[in-house]
Amino acid sequence: MTAATLLSYDDALARFDPVLGLEVHVELNTASKMFCACPTTFGAAPNSQVCPVCLGLPGALPVLNERAVAAAIRIGLALNCSIAAECRFARKNYFYPDMPKNFQTSQYDEPIAYDGWTEVAVDEAAYRIEIERVHMEEDTGKSLHVGGATGRIHGASHSLVDYNRAGIPLIEIVTKPIIGTGAAAPVVARAYVTHLRELLLSLGVSDVRMEQGSLRCDANASLRLGQDAPFGTRTETKNVNSLRSVERAVRYEICRQAAVLTDGGTVTQETRHWHEDTGITTPGRSKEQAEDYRYFPEPDLAPIAPDVAWVEQLRATLPEGPGRRRSRLQAAWGFSDLDMRDVVGAGALALVEQTIGAGAAPAAAKKWWLTELARRANEQGVELAELPVGPEQVAQVQALIDTGRINDKLARSVFDGLLAGEGTPEEIVAARGLEVVSDETALGAAVDRAIEANPGAADKVRAGKAAAAGALIGAVMAEMRGQADAGRVRDLILAKLSP
Amino acid sequence: MDDTIRASAADLAAAMQAGEMSSVEITQAQLDRIAEVDGDLHAFLHVDADGALATAKRVDDARAAGEAVAALAGVPIAIKDVVVTRGLPTTCGSHILEGWIPPYDATIVTRLRQAGLPILGKTNMDELAMGSSTEHSAYGPSRNPWDLGRIPGGSGGGSAAAVASHQAPLAIGTDTGGSIRQPAAVTGTVGAKPTYGGVSRYGLIALASSLDQAGPVARTVLDAAMLHELLGGHDPLDSTSLDAPVPALVDAVRDADVAGLRVGVVRELGGEGYQRGVRARFDEVVGLLTDAGAEVTEVSCPHFDYALAAYYLILPSEASSNLAKFDAMRYGLRVPPDGVADPSAEQVMAATRAAGFGDEVKRRIILGTYALSSGYYDAYYGSAQKVRTLIQRDFAAAFDQADVLLSPTAPTTAFRFGEKLDDPVAMYLNDIATIPANLAGVPGISVPSGLADEDGLPTGVQVLAPARADDRVYRVGAVIEALLVERWGGTLLARAPSVTGTR
Ligand SMILES: [Zn+2]
Repeated sequence: MTAATLLSYDDALARFDPVLGLEVHVELNTASKMFCACPTTFGAAPNSQVCPVCLGLPGALPVLNERAVAAAIRIGLALNCSIAAECRFARKNYFYPDMPKNFQTSQYDEPIAYDGWTEVAVDEAAYRIEIERVHMEEDTGKSLHVGGATGRIHGASHSLVDYNRAGIPLIEIVTKPIIGTGAAAPVVARAYVTHLRELLLSLGVSDVRMEQGSLRCDANASLRLGQDAPFGTRTETKNVNSLRSVERAVRYEICRQAAVLTDGGTVTQETRHWHEDTGITTPGRSKEQAEDYRYFPEPDLAPIAPDVAWVEQLRATLPEGPGRRRSRLQAAWGFSDLDMRDVVGAGALALVEQTIGAGAAPAAAKKWWLTELARRANEQGVELAELPVGPEQVAQVQALIDTGRINDKLARSVFDGLLAGEGTPEEIVAARGLEVVSDETALGAAVDRAIEANPGAADKVRAGKAAAAGALIGAVMAEMRGQADAGRVRDLILAKLSP
Repeated sequence: MDDTIRASAADLAAAMQAGEMSSVEITQAQLDRIAEVDGDLHAFLHVDADGALATAKRVDDARAAGEAVAALAGVPIAIKDVVVTRGLPTTCGSHILEGWIPPYDATIVTRLRQAGLPILGKTNMDELAMGSSTEHSAYGPSRNPWDLGRIPGGSGGGSAAAVASHQAPLAIGTDTGGSIRQPAAVTGTVGAKPTYGGVSRYGLIALASSLDQAGPVARTVLDAAMLHELLGGHDPLDSTSLDAPVPALVDAVRDADVAGLRVGVVRELGGEGYQRGVRARFDEVVGLLTDAGAEVTEVSCPHFDYALAAYYLILPSEASSNLAKFDAMRYGLRVPPDGVADPSAEQVMAATRAAGFGDEVKRRIILGTYALSSGYYDAYYGSAQKVRTLIQRDFAAAFDQADVLLSPTAPTTAFRFGEKLDDPVAMYLNDIATIPANLAGVPGISVPSGLADEDGLPTGVQVLAPARADDRVYRVGAVIEALLVERWGGTLLARAPSVTGTR
């Protein structure tokens, strides 16, 4: 396996316009399999979750899991798809040892949901991704090749097959060609899969664990000469099983195909395999070698005709879409469009919402997450949500400010304590001695000392120049090591020096 | 013993109910009969004497203890080897499943076991149910008790031969294009194909999923009705199973009457291509029904002429996919390829399928694979499905004019071994009258209509009814049976030569 010649990404983008297509397979988290009652628990002993149906024993027949259909419809609805009034399963015929019947029961030309869209945000741009279809199918068993190098079939002495996975419900979500992303193509691909992951998680239909294979992605990419040029020949890169890989694989294919085309060659329509370790793709089956799957309608299953009332019932169970949620929150918080964009852009929407929920004012919640905490996350190279400070604690800090017990400057020190794991905000204030001095006698004495030490400034204030009080306030705050309410200090100075 | 093995299932059930006979006696008599004659007939691929007797004893004990038992409890039965039976070898007449002991029961077997019918054994059949003669069985053909040199029909020739030769009072058959009805016709027995979805297919080794139906094989219409009622009814394990109760079939037989019934004779299922004696016996039945008060008319089903062609595209297409599971990976035969030191899974699959399937099976797999191939799908499988729709419409139109349809079951009497083995199309033509019912999913029954004058061999008449109106085929079948038995002064099988097992 040798790495292909690559064009630099910038050169590739200067010459070509990338077109993407993404096929995402999602394992549903239904308790039982697609066509039998076997459990679907991940990691069970090999071949302990099997029966005549999912082992493909002679005579066994499939019975459709209605919960899987419900999940498929909910996914379709969440992706703004139309739901088929009637649709069927088909048989995809090919021989492979980990496929018990030597055909996969899968939807083919009659998907349960079709013609949808969703929107993903990258930096400050929104991309609308058109969805071609959402269809149901069953997973295959899992082969383990023994005796060869790194578990590959080549060179293996024998293979073991675990049929626990055979028949687990899968949903395939296929986009229409994604155009107009330009240089952002790899990032958009990643953002789409990330978005899909979150959407599926919020629907509660899948564990969406890429590392366990419950979400798998095939990335199609092609290049064309410009935005109006016809599509180029595409490759389908399989086995792209982490978010980072989605971005890398798309970027790699763009650079590889650009090199081929620039060199006067043609891109072969083929499947390619992504290698996580080396970061390259290698050729798989070409179109000429592609199998003829001899699809035909599955005669063992009745057509699915989801009742309209049922579909509406399922629609009512959908979590609020991101767009609607954003507008609702913006109105409730009284944020400007710019404020809202900053919050969303920082990935702080949920955090701000929860902080407000815990009692903080919207402006305060936004301020802490977007300034102080954003800076600290940035310093540590982590996401906001990964900081050891949560919305509840931010709201507690703000409550201390609101009751005048600390000020904004002292709050920073409380955050230091929180990040260092020193306890609750209340405990940190006590331990670090951060409470503002509200003892009027002590403050009064400090003000008197400041006036005495700065007669010039005091005279100006006496003469009616209130702005001159700043120097006196600064002196008092310095003496109090910041632990005073600056507003109160100002009031005391002005009262003492009033003519 | 002779009376016992010749008795109908209904009479055996009544005798046991009256305490005049035990299931152990009856079952033992059948096992003795099998031991005596099956060397000649080869109706069985496997006999389970111990299992059958154990069930018989359990039923006798239950009855003695005063427990309520099913109507057919204790009546022994033979099961076509296409039906999966837990703990009993199930080969489907093929080497590909040689040695396989299923870990589960078909739904209909579960129902038989629950009702306490001793299972005598598994009957012979054309390999994977492909054929009309049992000559394609990987284990050798079954013989027709009327003439041991002739075929007993197929694919369920074993079940028909077993029942016709009094080795079993009842048997299970399956009918994809006539595999219950055609053997019934050529052996002088009764066989019914239920409405598609009327009897569970769970545990039937699928030939063509959209055509297969299991049904009863018996010597009388009443026996068939009793067995059909036991087998039928919704099964949640079969998604194509009808969610409706079985029609009252036994009642239909007991109150059989055809006065005022509209009987349609299908123009396309008769005449040229049908043996003279078959036609003569059929005409007699029509005459008898007319005399009994039926309004007989001729109906036309023009698209039936294309039924055979459509059938031989749909069946191989579905079969090519259904049979893909036989790959040596998980069960059944495994043959290592010759001269390959380290064979791949793919090579083992290929070698096993080459060795394990017979020629007819390979022929149909190739046909089906071709018909489903991209570029040919529309012309073959797609067109065949359209013809199927037209045939369904023909039935719908015919059933506007008639309550039941009537035709000869098979165009000829039993042919000699080897006669059609080298001519697949001639073999396929044997199912020309039975195939339309499978394509449309409607029920049908074959009852004996007599003996052809030219060869003295049994002929059958087929009654078809609209889907879910299985009771009608039993009602008319029972009338035909009664009228003919009255005319003959006894059953047709009483005239069969005795099989002695001396051959
Ligand atoms: Zn299972």
